[in-house]
Amino acid sequence: MAEIVLNHITKRFPDGSLAVNDISLDIADGEFVILVGPSGCGKSTTLNMIAGLEDITDGELRIGGQVVNDKTPKDRDIAMVFQSYALYPHMTVRENMGFALKLAKVPQATIDEKVNEAARILDLTQHLDRKPANLSGGQRQRVAMGRAIVRSPSAFLMDEPLSNLDAKLRVQMRTEVSRIQRRLGTTTVYVTHDQTEAMTLGDRVAVMRTGVLQQVASPQVLYDRPSNLFVAGFIGSPSMNFMAGTLANGTLHTWLGDITLSPQLVRALERAGTGRDVIVGIRPESFQDAALVPAESRANGITFRANIDVRENMGSDVYVYFTQEQEHIAEAAELAELAADSGQADTGGSPDTVTARLDPATTIREGQDAELWADTRALHVFDPANGRNIALEAQEVAGHDDLRAET
Amino acid sequence: MAATARQRTGWTTANIVAIVLALIPVVWILSLSFKTPGSITDPTFFPTHWTWSNYSGILTSSTFLRPLLNSIGIGLISTLIAVALASMAAYAVARLTFPGKQVLIGVSLLIAMFPPIALATPLFNIERVLGLFNSWPGLIIPYVATGLPLGIYTLSAFFREIPWELEKAAKVDGATPAQAFLRVIAPLAAPGMVTTAILVFLFCWNEFLLAITLTATTTARTAPAAMAFFTGNSQFAVPTGSISAAAVIITIPIIIFVLFFQRRIVAGLTAGAVKG
Repeated sequence: MAEIVLNHITKRFPDGSLAVNDISLDIADGEFVILVGPSGCGKSTTLNMIAGLEDITDGELRIGGQVVNDKTPKDRDIAMVFQSYALYPHMTVRENMGFALKLAKVPQATIDEKVNEAARILDLTQHLDRKPANLSGGQRQRVAMGRAIVRSPSAFLMDEPLSNLDAKLRVQMRTEVSRIQRRLGTTTVYVTHDQTEAMTLGDRVAVMRTGVLQQVASPQVLYDRPSNLFVAGFIGSPSMNFMAGTLANGTLHTWLGDITLSPQLVRALERAGTGRDVIVGIRPESFQDAALVPAESRANGITFRANIDVRENMGSDVYVYFTQEQEHIAEAAELAELAADSGQADTGGSPDTVTARLDPATTIREGQDAELWADTRALHVFDPANGRNIALEAQEVAGHDDLRAET
Repeated sequence: MAATARQRTGWTTANIVAIVLALIPVVWILSLSFKTPGSITDPTFFPTHWTWSNYSGILTSSTFLRPLLNSIGIGLISTLIAVALASMAAYAVARLTFPGKQVLIGVSLLIAMFPPIALATPLFNIERVLGLFNSWPGLIIPYVATGLPLGIYTLSAFFREIPWELEKAAKVDGATPAQAFLRVIAPLAAPGMVTTAILVFLFCWNEFLLAITLTATTTARTAPAAMAFFTGNSQFAVPTGSISAAAVIITIPIIIFVLFFQRRIVAGLTAGAVKG
C-alpha cells in the first residue's frame, strides 16, 4: 500500500529522443490510475520507469514516500503484469506464482499458503500444476494477475494486460481486474491504448501524447470537459466530430449554420486572443433526427440538412455518417495524430466524415437528404494554434458551482 | 499438392542417386574394415572372408585406445568451456548494447572464417615455446577459440527468441541479473545450448589439421590424427584394414548423435533464419 508520486519525470533515450517530457502525477494510496494514449506516447516508458526497468533521466519518483530513482525493481516492492503475460514457460502455474516469494526466501509453507489463496481468488486451483503452454489465453492472463497478487506488493503496474485477449474475454477480464483491485485496495497504474478500458476501469485517467501529459481527470470529466483537441478526439467512441468555424460578432459560423455563442464564451474567445478561425467539436450523441426533437428543445440547437452516406443500426442507437460540406478543416497536429492513431489515414477515411448517433426511432435512410438537429449547448471550441479548449475556459470563468464542486 | 506419377518417379530417382553416392564410400570403408589383410586388395566390393581382427587389433593397441580417450576428453572439455563462454557472450550480444558490440561480432565471424592452415604453423611455434605442445590444453585452447564463434552465433539466435519481457518479469519479481539469467533465461535457452554443444563437439571430434600439427605422441593425439600413424604388420603392409576399422569406430558416435539430435541440429543451423 503506497502512494506513487511522479515529480517532473523526464526520459530521454540514448539516441536523444525524448520519450517522456516532464510528467508530474500524484497517485494516491489505493487509487486506480490509467495511463492512456496512442502508441508511442510514452505511457509504457512511464510505467517501466515506475517499475525500475528504465532509468529516469530527470525528475524524482517516490513510492510510499521514498525516493526510488536509483533502486532496482526488486527493492521497489511493486508487481507488474505484462502484455504478453511473461509467464515462465518452464515453470508450473504454482512455481510461476511463487517465484517472487521464493527469490525473497519466504518459507515454503507461507508460499504455498499464499499461492493457494491467490489461486482460489482467481479460480485457478485446478490448474496449479500445469505449465503455461497448456492454459488458455484467459487462464494465462489470470496466472499473470496471480503472480502479482501473491506478493501483496505496494503497487500493481499493468502494461496493457488485456490486449492479447479476444474481445469477449477482454470484457470479462476487465470486470475481473476491477473487482480484484477494489478487493485488495492496492495502488494500481494501468497502461492501455484502449479508451474503453480507460473509461471503465480508472478512478482517474491520465491522457498522454508524445511524452506529454495532456489531462488527468476522472473519466466523466475527460469526456465532458476535455482540456484540448487531443483529449477530445481520443476519449469517446465514436469519437468527437471536428469542423471548421469562423467567428464574427459573437456568432460562430459553421457549415451547420450560424450559432450564437454565450457571452461567457465570447469573452473567453476574446481573452484567448484566438483569430477568427477555430475548430468546433461536437460529439456524435449531440446530433438528433430533427423530426424527433420536440419543438420546445429545438431552440437549444440548430437544424441543418445533410445527405446521409451510411446508416448503421446498432439496436439501441442508429449511427449515420455524412460528409461535411466545407473547405478543409484547419490544420492541427493533434488532428493528424488522432487520424493516424485511429487508422483513418490508412483506411482512406476522410476527416470530413461526420458521425451522428441518433435515436433508433429515426426513419432516416441512406442516400436521403435528411434534416438533422445539433445541440449547440454541448459544443466545444478549440484554438487551432495550440488545441486548447476555449469553451472549457469559458465554463471555468463563468464559475459554474456544480463544476467547481467536481474539481 | 498432388504430385503426378512422373514427378514422383523423378524425385525418387534423384533421391536414390544422392543417397547411393553418399553411402558408397561409407559402405566401402565398412566392407574394408571386415576384410582380412590378405583379401584387402581383392576385386570384390563385399568381403569374401569376414573378420573382426581389424577391430580387435586396434581396440587392444594403445595407439588407438589412448587417442580415442583423448578425443572424448578434449572434445567434452572444449565443448563445456566453449558453450559456457559462448552463452554469456551470446546473451550480451542478443540483449545488451555495449561499446564494441559490433566489433565483437565482427571479430568472432573473422575467427570462424580464418583458414586453419594459416594458424597451424604459428600455433605450433607458440605452443612449443609455452610448453603447451602435445598436451590436452594445447588442443583445448584452439578448439575453444574456434568453437566460440559458432557458439555465439547459434546461441544469440536462440537468446533473441526468448521474449525480453520474461527477463523484465524476473527483475520485477525480485531477481538479480544473475538470478534472472540462471533461473529464467538459461533454462529456456537449454535446447539452444544442447544444440550448440552438439555442433561444437562434432567440430572438435572431426578436427584433424590442428590435432596432427600440435601433437607428437599419444599423450594428446586425437583419434583422427592417430589413424594417420597406424602401421601395418610389417614395413611393407599398408594398414588399410585397421584404418577402416578406426574410421568406422569414430563415425559411430556421430551417427548416433545425428540420428538422436537431427531436429535440434537443424534448428541450430537455421535458428533466427526464418523468424526473429
